[in-house]
Amino acid sequence: MPPRHLKRLESESIEIMRDVVAEFKKPVMLYSIGKDSSVMLHLAVKAFHPAKLPFPLLHVDTTWKFREMIVFRDATARRLALDLVVHVNQDGLARGIGPISSGSSLHTQVMKTDALKQALDLYGFDAAFGGARRDEEKSRAKERIFSFRSAGHAWDPRNQRPELWNLFNTRIHRGETMRVFALSNWTELDIWEYIMWERIPVVPLYFAKPRPVVRRQDALIMVDDDRLPLQPGEVPEMKMIRFRTLGCYPLSGAIESAADTIEDVVEEMRSARLSERQGRLIDNDDSASMEMKKREGYF
Amino acid sequence: MDGGTFLRPIGDETKDLLRFITCGSVDDGKSTLIGRLLHDSRLIAEDQLEALARDSARHGTNGEKLDFALLVDGLQAEREQGITIDVAYRFFTTARRSFMVADTPGHEQYTRNMATGASQAQLAVILVDARKGLTVQTRRHSFICSLLGIRHVVLAVNKIDLVGYRQEPFDRIVAEYQALAATLRFASVVPIPLSARDGDNVTQCSSRTEWYRGPCLLDHLERVDIGAEAESARFRFPVQWVNRSGADFRGYAGTVASGRIAAGDEVVVAASGARSRVQRIVTYDGDLSDAEAGSAITITLDDDIDVGRGDILARPDDLPEVADQFTAHIIWMDQDALVIGRSYVLRIGTQSVTGSVTSIEHKIDVNTGEHVAAPTFGLNEIGFCNMATALPVSFDPYESNRRTGSFILIDRYSNRTMAAGMIAYASRRAADVSWQPLTVGKAQRAGLKHQKPCIIWLTGLSGAGKSTIANLIDQKLFVFGRHTILLDGDNIRHGLSRDLGFSEADRVENIRRVGEVAKLMVDAGLIVICSFISPYQAERDMARSLVGEGEFIEVHVDTPVDECARRDPKGLYAKARSGQIRNFTGIDAPYEAPAAPEIHLATADETPERLADRVIRFLTDRDYL
Repeated sequence: MPPRHLKRLESESIEIMRDVVAEFKKPVMLYSIGKDSSVMLHLAVKAFHPAKLPFPLLHVDTTWKFREMIVFRDATARRLALDLVVHVNQDGLARGIGPISSGSSLHTQVMKTDALKQALDLYGFDAAFGGARRDEEKSRAKERIFSFRSAGHAWDPRNQRPELWNLFNTRIHRGETMRVFALSNWTELDIWEYIMWERIPVVPLYFAKPRPVVRRQDALIMVDDDRLPLQPGEVPEMKMIRFRTLGCYPLSGAIESAADTIEDVVEEMRSARLSERQGRLIDNDDSASMEMKKREGYF
Repeated sequence: MDGGTFLRPIGDETKDLLRFITCGSVDDGKSTLIGRLLHDSRLIAEDQLEALARDSARHGTNGEKLDFALLVDGLQAEREQGITIDVAYRFFTTARRSFMVADTPGHEQYTRNMATGASQAQLAVILVDARKGLTVQTRRHSFICSLLGIRHVVLAVNKIDLVGYRQEPFDRIVAEYQALAATLRFASVVPIPLSARDGDNVTQCSSRTEWYRGPCLLDHLERVDIGAEAESARFRFPVQWVNRSGADFRGYAGTVASGRIAAGDEVVVAASGARSRVQRIVTYDGDLSDAEAGSAITITLDDDIDVGRGDILARPDDLPEVADQFTAHIIWMDQDALVIGRSYVLRIGTQSVTGSVTSIEHKIDVNTGEHVAAPTFGLNEIGFCNMATALPVSFDPYESNRRTGSFILIDRYSNRTMAAGMIAYASRRAADVSWQPLTVGKAQRAGLKHQKPCIIWLTGLSGAGKSTIANLIDQKLFVFGRHTILLDGDNIRHGLSRDLGFSEADRVENIRRVGEVAKLMVDAGLIVICSFISPYQAERDMARSLVGEGEFIEVHVDTPVDECARRDPKGLYAKARSGQIRNFTGIDAPYEAPAAPEIHLATADETPERLADRVIRFLTDRDYL
């Protein structure tokens, strides 16, 4: 049995998920393939057992994810017999938007934020589970569990609803939506410890292995396919690395580590001296940049 | 404290979670204290520390040193103004416990944020500046914590360095606080002298306060026994969701709100009295023999009884209250003030019903605790009132159960959360009232008249043409041989509502009366034509909720305000524009157009005759006639 504090977090998340299914017409779970998504999916399976998941999963594919992520995604969908929807911003693809050619910020805007909004509108989802946590970043510490989005998916910090006790205001008008962060009160360490206790499958990239990397702006970038341009004469180096967060491979910095089991990863986390977002290249510009992205509809 | 202390062995199953709130004014050093706890428990990562050093140089108030407050003040605007205006949640962990801290604003205008943070907290850290002693804020924060059911308090006497680490000011503040606490409902108050800025007595005992023998703050937070909190032992299981998996599985999913349940135990549905036994307690990890408060489970029952979302399962000898009238403390959280009699959505546990505040007993001055008379509650005001719901709800008094005694009020039109409430006691139990059974019912009366009774509700601006159209509908139905009655705004205001004016509250009451009268007439089998400006969606919805499905037909008589003013049949627009009449809808009082009326009549293009025919056609098409 996991320790009491993890059981409490588990129960709280399950309660939130059941509320959403009881109150919304067409919920969806945003599935990013990462560790938080793996935990969220595991909790959802628990929440509705023995029934099958009463909502589909949505993966917004930027076409730049690690290959191992896509393999893991499809294997997970088969293993749990999931209703998985994959959405790509075809318009962005046609315009040739990518993290290398367009820069991380335009790529994220078009292939992630815009793509997500497209998919939500296309399928008419009225509530979307997301795996964001309050401990990730300063502006998220004040995020609600039920985050209200007006028509057009805009987030207005002044228009968020107070959340008292476990009583959530789930009412929305047509066209408005809710993002529901069922893992709000989990920390990164809680996530890893829970993965360890529950033996939840995660993408192997979280565990250390010799992988080909190059150095870009102080970050170790894995050469996952031949789309990553190399300097003349540059040869990728094999290093023992793993990832703390996964996203588009040219934007995900690896850490040098020998932790190749879940127990080692948990141990490494406990003595970690760098925050997990440090490996993400999209929000280094300004400490308030995450808030700007959120207003636009990114998580 | 050495770093190793915070590493814990894998496999510690007893580690638990403590949720607490910090209260104090901006100047009391609240954010600094939380930043210090995070820093000293080694949870500030290196890259965050670098950002902190940068931010401290730019915005800091601590000279060359790190300003820990900047670690926890979140949104951009707040950082720049140097205040915290929302509830921020922070997390840290030690060998013994995981902690979730609600950091909330101290000013009176943020009472609602503080109440939000307090609603989930098991303990409060109340900061007092050692130089200033107790303030009005201390009193307010303590009162709100007590009202929200927090039973354990740490009195953190901060900035002890600024009084020379002396015991005398500390003792004086503690004595004063004990006197205040005697008027509140705390089970324990632990005073600690500390300096958040320098770290004295925060995560380790300070040698500069040798006269202090108690624990440091973190030590106390790790060890305080919160299990002794008067957590109710009475079994309550609010059903969240009915799990139907396959043909033969029907389980009731929910979280045990309090108490304990075991397979084989007898249970009762509180509202209906239906009984059964727990067959299985189903979880993904296998069936359980029993489950305690906080467990998210799925229960199956021996018998096929009617159970749905909103029901509470309890033991036969220990039922919650079931009532449609009760008293409650409420905290008003919206810019728009409470409107007595207006129906709001009341969410309590997993139940949602319409409910209203029927009268106010008193408002509470949060700074002094005094009870004062008040006509309404505005933003951040707290008071005690009488409430009524459209259907009986199941609950416990908040004092004995925080999970089953709390509710929120939601505006039916804007969907904003307007208030949070804590039930005191039931004032009319459902069991005490037995309705006179009617042997001749609505259906019999309507059958005699060969018609389907309903309310045709015309809403629109003054001068839109409501009365003209209503009269035509009435005449046409009369010709068809239907039994009708016409209720018109002006006529009602000369009789039934002649004591009412045109304030928001009076308009609400006017429509409530009309709604009730119309309902009686529908019960009598009549087709009721109502012609009222009825500017608020909430009141039209309230009237709708009084009658059955399909018995309320909302007709929006839609005429642009300029056109109404041009017609001005009673000369009212001219008077309103010149200021002779106040609260005139469309001029200086709002009109909320129906979002989804059954019939929309745009008067600009068609004659009243044709518009009345459209209503008749609607009634014919849908078999009312």
